[in-house]
Amino acid sequence: MTRLHVQLAAIAAVVCIALAPFVLSPFSITLMNYIGIYSLVAIGLALLTGVGGIVSFGQAAFVGIAAYATAWVSALNGYSPWLGLVFGVVLTCCVAAVLGLVTLRLQGHFLSLSTVAWGLAIGFLFGNVEGLGRFNGISSIPPISIGSFALVSSSQIYFLIWGIVAAVLLLGYNLLDSRLGRAMRALRGGNTLVESLGINAFRIKLVTFVIAAFLASLSGWLYAHMSRFISPGPFDAGMGIEYLMMSMVGGAGSLLGGVVGAAVVTLLKNSVQDYLPLIAKGASGQLEIVAFSALFILFLQWARQGIVPFVARYLPKVRRERPHPAPPLPRRAQPTPGELLLKVDGAERRFGGLVAVNNVSFEVRSGEILAVIGPNGAGKSTMFNCLTGALRVNKGEIVFAGRPITRDAQSRIAKAGVARTFQHVKLRPRMSLLENVMLGTYARTHAGLFAGAFRLNQREEASVRHEALMQLERVGLGEKPFELAGNLPLGNQRILEIARALAADPALLVLDEPAAGLRRQEKLRLAELLRSLRSDHLTILIVEHDMEFVMSLVDRIVVLDFGSKLCEGAPAAIRSDERVQEAYLGGVA
Amino acid sequence: MTSDIAAILGIDGIATGAVYALVAIGTVLIFTVTRVIFIPFGDIAAFTALTLAALDAKRFPGTGALVVILACLATLIEIISLVRAGEIRLLPRALFFYLALPLAVVGLAWLTMRAEPPLAVRLVLALMLITPIAPLLDRIVFRPIADGTVLLLLTVSVALHYALVGLGLLFFGPEGVRTEPLTSFSTEFAGVLVSGQTMLIVLAALVFSGLLYLFFDFTLVGKSLRATAVNRTGSRLMGIRPARAGTIAYLLGSLMAGVSGILIAPVNTVFYDSGFLIGLKAFVGAIVGGMTSYPGAAIGAVGVGILESFASFESSALKDVIVFSLLIPILIWRSLASLHSEEEIEE
Repeated sequence: MTRLHVQLAAIAAVVCIALAPFVLSPFSITLMNYIGIYSLVAIGLALLTGVGGIVSFGQAAFVGIAAYATAWVSALNGYSPWLGLVFGVVLTCCVAAVLGLVTLRLQGHFLSLSTVAWGLAIGFLFGNVEGLGRFNGISSIPPISIGSFALVSSSQIYFLIWGIVAAVLLLGYNLLDSRLGRAMRALRGGNTLVESLGINAFRIKLVTFVIAAFLASLSGWLYAHMSRFISPGPFDAGMGIEYLMMSMVGGAGSLLGGVVGAAVVTLLKNSVQDYLPLIAKGASGQLEIVAFSALFILFLQWARQGIVPFVARYLPKVRRERPHPAPPLPRRAQPTPGELLLKVDGAERRFGGLVAVNNVSFEVRSGEILAVIGPNGAGKSTMFNCLTGALRVNKGEIVFAGRPITRDAQSRIAKAGVARTFQHVKLRPRMSLLENVMLGTYARTHAGLFAGAFRLNQREEASVRHEALMQLERVGLGEKPFELAGNLPLGNQRILEIARALAADPALLVLDEPAAGLRRQEKLRLAELLRSLRSDHLTILIVEHDMEFVMSLVDRIVVLDFGSKLCEGAPAAIRSDERVQEAYLGGVA
Repeated sequence: MTSDIAAILGIDGIATGAVYALVAIGTVLIFTVTRVIFIPFGDIAAFTALTLAALDAKRFPGTGALVVILACLATLIEIISLVRAGEIRLLPRALFFYLALPLAVVGLAWLTMRAEPPLAVRLVLALMLITPIAPLLDRIVFRPIADGTVLLLLTVSVALHYALVGLGLLFFGPEGVRTEPLTSFSTEFAGVLVSGQTMLIVLAALVFSGLLYLFFDFTLVGKSLRATAVNRTGSRLMGIRPARAGTIAYLLGSLMAGVSGILIAPVNTVFYDSGFLIGLKAFVGAIVGGMTSYPGAAIGAVGVGILESFASFESSALKDVIVFSLLIPILIWRSLASLHSEEEIEE
């Protein structure tokens, strides 16, 4: 299947949906309208929950804010629904931005619980504010008019709803395939990974959160003007979980899954309403929610992936072309070989009473490979985390390229030119090799939200793709750029991490135990790669405990033991140093 | 607000908070042992109140039918999973625990019912009928995904709550109930009238927290539960079955929720869906305690009760908005206060 086939399929789907009102019964069209309106929220949740990993139970509140805002503007104050749209969207996005600023730093399930909290609080608010009709709601909301043509019947508003859904899908997929979209897709890999790529994780989360709220606000606006009446019911916590269910059923992480999920859930709900009375007379209302929740639980137990990813496995793979040559990305001014690049001065890090790193000082000069070694518990990893900003030193100073970075955030240190790899490989297993490496170029590129969504970034994207392919070829993984990263063996995953780090055009490459868990052949290949990088004048700092690997490779070694620096020097000198032998072997052999 | 009103509100808040505290302790118990944030605990409390009301009215409560259905479902699932695993010799044991025992409880309750028992017996019956529900739900709903992420378990738990609300309406009907007070005793305390019911609530909260403390610190089962909470794999290696620890935690937890339901029934009118707010507010209290500390959860829950009491004096319509808005700053404080190890989210 080529790109053309995908486009043809998309066009066929659009034509089918455009022709539907001429074929379907009015009831089916109304149902389709609800599906479209719910889809918008579910697509937002697919982005937020599926892609970004932020589970929100509160989207219904955003739908409600926009619906009440437009109802207030149009029904209570007599202005145009279009003004209601502007007001609703702006208000919803502002509320989302404030909530996001406050809550998005929360971790894991704390964050999801906070969505339950504000979802409930806002839901209660609708029914209790004097000016919004309390539990009676607001009626006689005017229809949307385009020019003088009012969209009154359900087959008229149908085109507006599905036009918006189609546009959102198109822009959404464009966005996911852009610089910002890749950053969003990296969020699930954890903050340390995202920040190490020079990405401000909090900012990306906030953007994703506001986009999801924006889509919910579109949905709320359409809902208010389609049903012409609103009450607190459709925006309560129960609806919040229904939206979540839609996006999960369709396949969290898949935008199309949002539409499929909304369709499945809405149709299912409709048929449950039709058939339950046949089974249990008079109790259908209660049974509906029971049947529904039970289905959802079964679904979460047995098919967490969702419908779209499940079906996609059986479709032929989209064949993609290798990236074409493109103008190179701008490179940073590299330090001259031999120049002082990194200076650690009297670094100290305590964990309570334990001094993990105690008054350690060393320097890295441009163009050399320096290893920091030491037995288990010597403080290597702590030192490493202090260098990359994952931890702060309690005392001392770290200067990189003439600038103190002691108090900088991880993403700032990464932007300054320190690229790292991880002891426990952190790749995005469901992204291709090429995309993983493209992540590395984030700090070198500029395309923003709108450039990504409207494809104004194509020149930069071509350069990024080309750069990523070049780095893959440089490390020897250029043969299958579209393979998924999760399919690689561990050795190659380590090398892929190096390619990703190289794509950032770093001044200093910091490797955290790169040889750990590798087989001998893989270690030799890795050493060879690092030597070839040195011959390109790249500066490398390795934290490692594998002596053999280090000795044959590096120019200089710093030995740590019990948090303090033991000695420093060329590999041969270190090898014969009695103190080092004692630290490693517990006495002179 | 005069000091008199403040005192009345304060005492009222402490009573409400004590009820939340019982549920909160149960929530923490389940969370630490199974990692499930068991939102439906409030429903269990509400169902207990409804069960007791039905018993008072000499009707056999819907809880019986609910337990029978859940027991059959759980047995079916257990049999299927045992047959699949080829462990047929464990079948009699499974039949005993998942089918015979719950059915025996329901049968016993049904028989005792006919003798028109006194209040004390009815209380025991209500608790007996309610305690099998959570462990059975655990077997049906959570056991198959016991190794999932906290988030997955939370999502399932929220869905389960909605299922229970629907079942509650089905089995108990839409009418609210208020049971007769357990005591009519009342006394003056520093110029404020304190009812015996309030004192009973606080006393029960204290006694059950104390019992739980003794259970955890001085019994082997309690210690095995704590071990499971700290490290599932490690405790499994020590011969503790996490599933069994989970069942015990659910039993204990629903007992606490049941007691709180009995205590709240004479004070507030309880509907089939009243549980959600009880559960959530208890849960806010549990979060204040960081989801891991029992005294912390109890203190947090009492704080929520007092806050709610004062908030409802200021604006009864917006009291829930105030309580839940307050959760956000608490969550932020908790999130900052607790050190998190970076956790990658499941693909």
